[in-house]
Amino acid sequence: MEPLIFVNLSYIAAAILFIFGIKMLGKADTAKRGNLISACGMALAILVTLFSKGLDYKLVFAALIIGSSIGFIAAKRVQMTGMPELVALFNGFGGLASLLVGWAEFHRAACPGDLVTHLSGGEIAVFTAAVTVLAVLIGGITFTGSIYAWGKLSGKLGGRALTFPAQKLVNGLIALGIIVIGIIFSLAPNAEFAYALMIILILLSLALGALAVMPIGGGDMPVVISLLNACSGLAACAAGFVISNNVLVVAGCLVGASGLILTVIMCKAMNRTLGNVLFSGFGASAQSSGGESTGELKPVSTEDAYYILEAAKNVIVIPGYGMAVAQAQHAVKELGELLEENGAEVRFAIHPVAGRMPGHMNVLLAEADVPYEQLVEMDDVNPTIEMVDVAIVIGANDVVNPAAADDESSPIYGMPIINAHKAKTTFCLKRGKGAGFSGLENQLFTAPNTRMLYGDAKATVTGLVAQFKDS
Amino acid sequence: MELILLLFIFVLAAFLGFELIAKVPSQLHTPLMSGSNAISGITVVGAILAVNSSVGGLSAWLGFIAIILATINVVGGYLVTNRMLGMFKKKDR
Repeated sequence: MEPLIFVNLSYIAAAILFIFGIKMLGKADTAKRGNLISACGMALAILVTLFSKGLDYKLVFAALIIGSSIGFIAAKRVQMTGMPELVALFNGFGGLASLLVGWAEFHRAACPGDLVTHLSGGEIAVFTAAVTVLAVLIGGITFTGSIYAWGKLSGKLGGRALTFPAQKLVNGLIALGIIVIGIIFSLAPNAEFAYALMIILILLSLALGALAVMPIGGGDMPVVISLLNACSGLAACAAGFVISNNVLVVAGCLVGASGLILTVIMCKAMNRTLGNVLFSGFGASAQSSGGESTGELKPVSTEDAYYILEAAKNVIVIPGYGMAVAQAQHAVKELGELLEENGAEVRFAIHPVAGRMPGHMNVLLAEADVPYEQLVEMDDVNPTIEMVDVAIVIGANDVVNPAAADDESSPIYGMPIINAHKAKTTFCLKRGKGAGFSGLENQLFTAPNTRMLYGDAKATVTGLVAQFKDS
Repeated sequence: MELILLLFIFVLAAFLGFELIAKVPSQLHTPLMSGSNAISGITVVGAILAVNSSVGGLSAWLGFIAIILATINVVGGYLVTNRMLGMFKKKDR
């Protein structure tokens, strides 16, 4: 068989494996196999590419080995609580790789001094130039955006939304500059100044990525992460157009589409539009109206909390980012088991945007061996929340803020929440008395049936566990 | 013609992607994201081709770095997803 046909047939097989892999990832029973199948597709695509042509073996294999080792170590070492950062970081690397592929292809065509060309014969077509612009642009934004998100998530850059005067103007000007330069470059890719334009384009894309993520608050990170994920797919897809490679186009596009869907799901879960998440600088300014506290915070000791829990027959736990920060998931699981032994029904109610990436809480609780049948979604809990004796809110804030339901002046008005305030008793585990990540007051904390348990979530839950064991 | 074909593939893949993900339970959102994130490392194929077809020079080195980065994305992404999925267990009592 002709080698090129063999290569392309293998790419088709790889694409099929990716499709099945993604499909199976969507069901709990088959997810693990789905991931393996998609990994097989990747291995096939890489192997076939390696054997398709005369290779610079040393360089390619050295790079593959270095990359695999770093990826391997990072994946093995990471704590489950550090998962959002790591996914963001990997994502950024993928984006940068696509940028470099676009650049390398352009360099090869533009500087015939050091090339043996096999694709474009020196002259760059307008279409190729345009997709190169896209690969560089999307790849660049994905890279710095992800790195900035990584910095925010790991606490290195501070999680709050950061705004400065005329921020939107600056971002708008950069975007405009990118569009203008992109168009000029696409129309005249063979001109002498084209290389300079390419460099400017790379720099502007990198700047825009960081600047775009800067004003987005930590609470909106699930949306940002899934959007950046979509972007890295689209960047790979654009790189595929640059080198006319079908497997890059298909795989990149699949990732782009699925990432966009996730992004939309996250936005819906907050009842906000994507534009609002990206451009509003949400949480940067203190709340202007509403939310004035109409009651007192009522602290309670772990002993008193224990007596209430001991009598409870129906308990839900509502975890949030605070549980991840305090690494309290194992203690929470233990408490859940003790409550069950005590005859209570225990469920974990998970809000779609709790935590810092989609499904964050599910991963943490799974790490602590909580069976996934015990994890329930918001819509399954809310209709029967009045029957719940005790709702334990652990480090969650906005996703249980009743202002979202009844205060029209609140910035989060309209966001679906878990109605913890309707439970018979609500315990809120909280580190201090300050407002939450989004900077909003939460009336749940001052509601008549709410009791506050201050302190580190892990210490508090461990305290409750000890109370159960002592009795 | 090849371009049109690629665009054709692109559009079909986009629809397929939307269809595949439309109804995924929220507990699988994280593995799904990191799993698809690993797939986006497919750009490693482009990077290998970029190194292959250059003889030394800047583009070979750009490709070299691109391979490293994309491989981190691929290997790390799949392993982390696998680790995560290994934790999702059913109740066994």
